[in-house]
Amino acid sequence: MIAIDGLSMSQGSFKLENVSLTVPQGVYCVLMGRSGCGKTTILEAICGLRPLVRGTICLNGRNVTELKPGERGIGYVPQDRALFPTMIVREQLAFALVLRRQRQAAIASRVDEMAQLLGIAHLLDRMPGTLSGGEAQRVALGRALAANPSVLCLDEPLSALDEDTHGEICGLLGDVHRHTSVTVLHVTHSRREARQLGDCVFDLEGGAVRDVALGAGDSIPPGAVPDDS
Amino acid sequence: MSEPVPEAGAGLGKTRERHAPPSENETHVVRSSTAFIVCMILLASFYIVMIVLMLLANVGYLAFSGKGLESLLAALRSAEVRYAISLSLISCSITTVLALWVSVPIGYLMSRFSFRGKAYIDAVLDIPIVLPPLVVGISLLMLFNVPPFNLLADWVVYEIPAVILAQFMVASAFAVRTMRVTFDQIPQRFEQVALTLGASRSQAFWTVVLPQTRRGLLAAATLAWARALGEFGPILVFAGATSHRTEVLPTTVFLEMQAGNLPGMLTVSIIMVVLAAVVLVITRLLGLRRLNA
Repeated sequence: MIAIDGLSMSQGSFKLENVSLTVPQGVYCVLMGRSGCGKTTILEAICGLRPLVRGTICLNGRNVTELKPGERGIGYVPQDRALFPTMIVREQLAFALVLRRQRQAAIASRVDEMAQLLGIAHLLDRMPGTLSGGEAQRVALGRALAANPSVLCLDEPLSALDEDTHGEICGLLGDVHRHTSVTVLHVTHSRREARQLGDCVFDLEGGAVRDVALGAGDSIPPGAVPDDS
Repeated sequence: MSEPVPEAGAGLGKTRERHAPPSENETHVVRSSTAFIVCMILLASFYIVMIVLMLLANVGYLAFSGKGLESLLAALRSAEVRYAISLSLISCSITTVLALWVSVPIGYLMSRFSFRGKAYIDAVLDIPIVLPPLVVGISLLMLFNVPPFNLLADWVVYEIPAVILAQFMVASAFAVRTMRVTFDQIPQRFEQVALTLGASRSQAFWTVVLPQTRRGLLAAATLAWARALGEFGPILVFAGATSHRTEVLPTTVFLEMQAGNLPGMLTVSIIMVVLAAVVLVITRLLGLRRLNA
């Protein structure tokens, strides 16, 4: 689970005051908000990439506020994916596992597993510059998931995709969530994505987070929206 | 181009078309770009032609004087020139390696961190570029007059280490500028992702950032090598111009000029041009091959 309590951040003229948010274990949560409202900043704070003024961040019941990004057990997919330009896809998927000094055989088997799950087995020896937007998104997801994180942070994962690929990756995100049971925080400004994917949806507006009911016809299962947050 | 008039309300559209005076947009004439492009090309070609003519004049003089081959062979046979060529090649290569060792960390730190006094450090890094070369030499000489540097003076001043140090002080400034720009052009996002995947800052640097600087490293190395090859002022002051000890190729040119040996001076100059060109071509080829790999 993700539990943010009394988060305050300040960067130049941008400020976030006293933001609190709870995402239960294994839930696909969508955090919505207009551009520049601070949703990416909150995501980066969870990843440990932004300094906090105040507040605590707990992941799976563990206070990670003071931990380094790599010690938090998160997978992070930035908006631009940031695939490492000098590594082939196989090396990208193996990156986190090599850092954890896993055995070669274990790394190879996990890379294959990820490649199968994400449908990128045929891309393993390609450089990132040769991938399409959808393929790059799959690789970035695989790289983030390889070390089995408890929380997956996605920053606008569908924003730079064409209409067909958008639907394809949207379906993939749902499949990956069902398959891995990872807790997902998906940041977007798209109500459509929130409807399609979110078990729970939060809206960040004016520095405050509130639960959102997306209205009739949405696909959010009733009761999945956390009422204990 | 006017829009096709839609079926509905066509009458109204046609009336407007017939009676409305042409707007400013429709009467505006854009001037031809030819004069602008021609001016740009003329100004650009002036400089490029000057570079080529300058080099041709050097070669041309030797060729037409009829002493070209003779003086080239004489130069290559001369023990002094051969020593100068070796010392230049070795000292420039050592300088280049040293320049990369300082320029990579400086470029990385200046690009990735904000700290108090950064603007002053930035200005300090430009000093070797703007300082007259002779002043660099004199300042180094003074530095090795004071403790604790004076303890090393016998080993450094007017010896080969002085040649390398003089080259290093100037060439590194250019390598630092290049590496700073190189790191600035690599988004921090890559390191951030590496950090979330479990990397330390040092692991992120070695595995994710540094491999992306290949082109910049090659450019910095080429620039440092070429600057070091041409370094003369600081070497003359700080290392002297002793044959078979601290004589590098620019020193040879200077000594030949003092002796009034114009063909010798031109020959050594051409040797330097060829060396610089060879290094430039090799690094370009290496760079292209690695980037295409």
